[in-house]
Amino acid sequence: MTISTHVSGGGSHLPAPAEGLGWGRWAVIAVPFLFLLVFFLIPFLVVGGISLRDPMIARPPYGPLFEDGAFLGDLENYLFLLSDSLYITAYLNSLKIAAISTVLTLMIGYPMAYAIARSPEPRRSILLMLVVLPFWTSFLLRVYAWIGLLKGNGVINNLLLWLGVIDQPLVMLQTDFAVYVGIVYTYLPFMILPLYANLVKLDGSLLEASSDLGAGPVTTFLRVTLPLSLPGIVAGCMLVFIPVIGEFVIPALLGGPDTLMIGRVLWDEFFSNRDWTVASAVAIVMLVAVVVPILGLRRIAERVS
Amino acid sequence: MAAPDTYPRPWRDQTDPPFIRIKSITKRFGDFAAVDDVSLDIWQGELFCLLGGSGCGKSTLLRMLAGFETPTAGVVEIDGQDMSRVPPFARPTNMMFQSYALFPHMSVEKNIAYGLQRDGLGRAEVAGRVAEMLKLVQLDGLAKRKPHQLSGGQRQRVALARSLVKKPKLLLLDEPLGALDKKLREETQFELMTIQDQLGVTFIVVTHDQEEAMTLSTRIGVMDAGRIVQVGEPRDIYERPGSRFVADFIGSVNLFEGEVEAAAPDFMRIRTAEGGILVPPEAGFGSREKVAVAVRPEKIRLSREAVGADNALTAVVEDYAYMGDCTVYKLKLPSGRVVSVTETNGFGAEPFTWDEEVHLGWPAAAGVLVRG
Amino acid sequence: MRLFLPIVAGLGFLFLYVPIASLVIFSFNESKLVTVWGGFSTKWYGELFRDPQIIDAFQISLTIAAISATLAVALGTLAALVLVRFGPFWGRPVLSGMTTAPLVMPEVITGLSLLLLFVSMERLVGWPAGRGMLTIIIAHTVFCMAYVAVVVQSRLVDMDDSLEEAAMDLGARRVRVFFDITLPVIAPALISGWLLAFTLSLDDLVVASFVSGPGSSTLPMVIFSKVRLGVSPDVNALASLIILVVALGIGLAALAMRKRR
Repeated sequence: MTISTHVSGGGSHLPAPAEGLGWGRWAVIAVPFLFLLVFFLIPFLVVGGISLRDPMIARPPYGPLFEDGAFLGDLENYLFLLSDSLYITAYLNSLKIAAISTVLTLMIGYPMAYAIARSPEPRRSILLMLVVLPFWTSFLLRVYAWIGLLKGNGVINNLLLWLGVIDQPLVMLQTDFAVYVGIVYTYLPFMILPLYANLVKLDGSLLEASSDLGAGPVTTFLRVTLPLSLPGIVAGCMLVFIPVIGEFVIPALLGGPDTLMIGRVLWDEFFSNRDWTVASAVAIVMLVAVVVPILGLRRIAERVS
Repeated sequence: MAAPDTYPRPWRDQTDPPFIRIKSITKRFGDFAAVDDVSLDIWQGELFCLLGGSGCGKSTLLRMLAGFETPTAGVVEIDGQDMSRVPPFARPTNMMFQSYALFPHMSVEKNIAYGLQRDGLGRAEVAGRVAEMLKLVQLDGLAKRKPHQLSGGQRQRVALARSLVKKPKLLLLDEPLGALDKKLREETQFELMTIQDQLGVTFIVVTHDQEEAMTLSTRIGVMDAGRIVQVGEPRDIYERPGSRFVADFIGSVNLFEGEVEAAAPDFMRIRTAEGGILVPPEAGFGSREKVAVAVRPEKIRLSREAVGADNALTAVVEDYAYMGDCTVYKLKLPSGRVVSVTETNGFGAEPFTWDEEVHLGWPAAAGVLVRG
Repeated sequence: MRLFLPIVAGLGFLFLYVPIASLVIFSFNESKLVTVWGGFSTKWYGELFRDPQIIDAFQISLTIAAISATLAVALGTLAALVLVRFGPFWGRPVLSGMTTAPLVMPEVITGLSLLLLFVSMERLVGWPAGRGMLTIIIAHTVFCMAYVAVVVQSRLVDMDDSLEEAAMDLGARRVRVFFDITLPVIAPALISGWLLAFTLSLDDLVVASFVSGPGSSTLPMVIFSKVRLGVSPDVNALASLIILVVALGIGLAALAMRKRR
């Protein structure tokens, strides 16, 4: 499970000497190619086209792009996005939340991955399985679990009240705090797995060599382990940061009305406001604003690993 | 002295037509010529070794014979048939891969049977020939095992059996012994030769191991940078290297650089920093030409007294390594050059030691003139 | 210092499992107030099985997941094969981009763009008529095949090229080589790819919400609408069952793997 899947293709491969495989080869290429062309690439053109139209009370709720040979498209929907600070705030807020929760996830995930990688064999497999198990269970239900824990009369508040630590229930649900908890919780396996995969390959004799040369455990960690695990850190951070930017479920269930994230804004624009043209414009902007930084990130990740 | 030798060597008189003809074959990857205008004739029943370092093009040449790479230019003929338009699955060749490439999901017998089944042979015939091959490579009891349940040596033999079962006209072996440890490799070398002798199949073996090439082959083709630099029987290659590269690549050698000073009918004199060195006359070398004299370490005699040899020098023992059967001396000449000499450890002779002054000598016939 | 790692790791695992444990514990709670203990009861499990909405959605989700996982494995394997084994060809960069891009595409964009495509296609060519299971299956296949392609690609790259060459050398043609050698060797990757795709499809809320139609609500969509209104104990019961199934599945898989070794 890595995002940077730069599998070097086109290396040495069997030539087709006089086999008449020309059309067969193209047929094999065509199946996935056409499927993805129709159902992945062309949809973006459709979205782009609809983002230029006027909203209309109709089914579907948008006007035509051409009428009597005249082009009716305009950038009105985009100008609207610029005029309302909601959209820019939501975009910046998504980046902020994604960045902070990535760092939090790394800080919790790294020691866990390290501990798993350094434990003896039967225990290591069991611990690894315990990390993977939540990943195979429903994402939605794992977020749901936190509602029960965090709400006013939820488990945590009840426990703290019973212990006498607090005398008023804390407001935790529907806050940014709840969103961070939810994100770190659900994305933790994505951080631990690549880090583990990297750390488990770390040659134990390197650590012994370092301490043999007089370095203490902290120096050894900072000078040997950490730099060598950088590819794992980058892979893990990308697996968390990238999907969190567009996250919808967690802010919708755990966040408050003021937890603005771009994915949630698009959802509301579409399902609550039923404004397909503005939703399309948001999608296009998001595509440019999310895909471009991601391409940049991947470049960096490639350089590191 | 020598018993009459009846071993067939059709390449010597070249009256029989060659079985495999490689005609000016070239393979380019982009700007890089992996194989550069190679021509080679190989006769039926030969065990021909392509010898060279990594990246010299030997594997690419082999893969062109198997049909996995299409030559950029040139032609391969097997048994008089042009192979250019024949795909790998239709060629009368089989290949034994360096990694063995045993199908991991098939048992030993299914691996061996695979090629026969592709030819549409009947069940009984397939079973019979598989059993025959298993017997030949002494794996009778292991037919049902999967490759991962076998030792390295057993896997090597399965790979050999699988590639031989279709009775190919030509068997291509890519580093067939490369993955075995030293002792097993030596045993297997002889096994391979016996099997080849029994079946009479022509073998082309790619290897980087010169000892392996020496032991196995009828002839060796030494490759460097995509070209064949010398073809010959093992003895020729060792005793009469055609170039400085071959002399240096095969075994160890002392090279004395110099220039041709005088050429007489029965010897040539080369002027070097060590003085004049006599070598047998060699055609094609002009006066003043830059050359080197190659002398093998075991052809130089050492002594505490002056020796009356064609070439005689004095030196000081700088270092030595006791190897059991022999001792290798590093001797420093007055010119500063260090020469290796190998002395067999027999009875009696007292070994030389550090800083001792020694006399060394070798007959003119022990030296070979090479260019450069 | 020696205790630092075990303690941090222990707390980490506690963090991972406390919410899951609380889901399971409160699924046996008598009280409707999910977080206040009112005595042991299994009544929510009974309620779950009597809820036609959940049963229907569950069936729909399983059907969609099974079909789209299978399609995703077929298409994803083809894409991986083409990218790893076919060498350079016209359009390869585009295919490579289209295969990996769904992995980084926010779900809301995938969902919206596919919905708008389906709407436009219906108006232009009359297919697909309306939204429903078919459109969800197509949408899930698109993003699941990207995951399958990644898994299969890495297996293909690890695979010794000479296995295929050996088969060809022994007389097998290209298609034969694929079915005799390549497919069996990459089979473990196909199985894990299928399971991954199945799970992703079963788990998807966002994309399905965009492209579903009347009568094709998936399980996550039903859960989401229930959960939005607050906690409900039958969801806890459902979660506990899912956790049980996954734990059993992973346990069995681990046992099977240990045996094979």
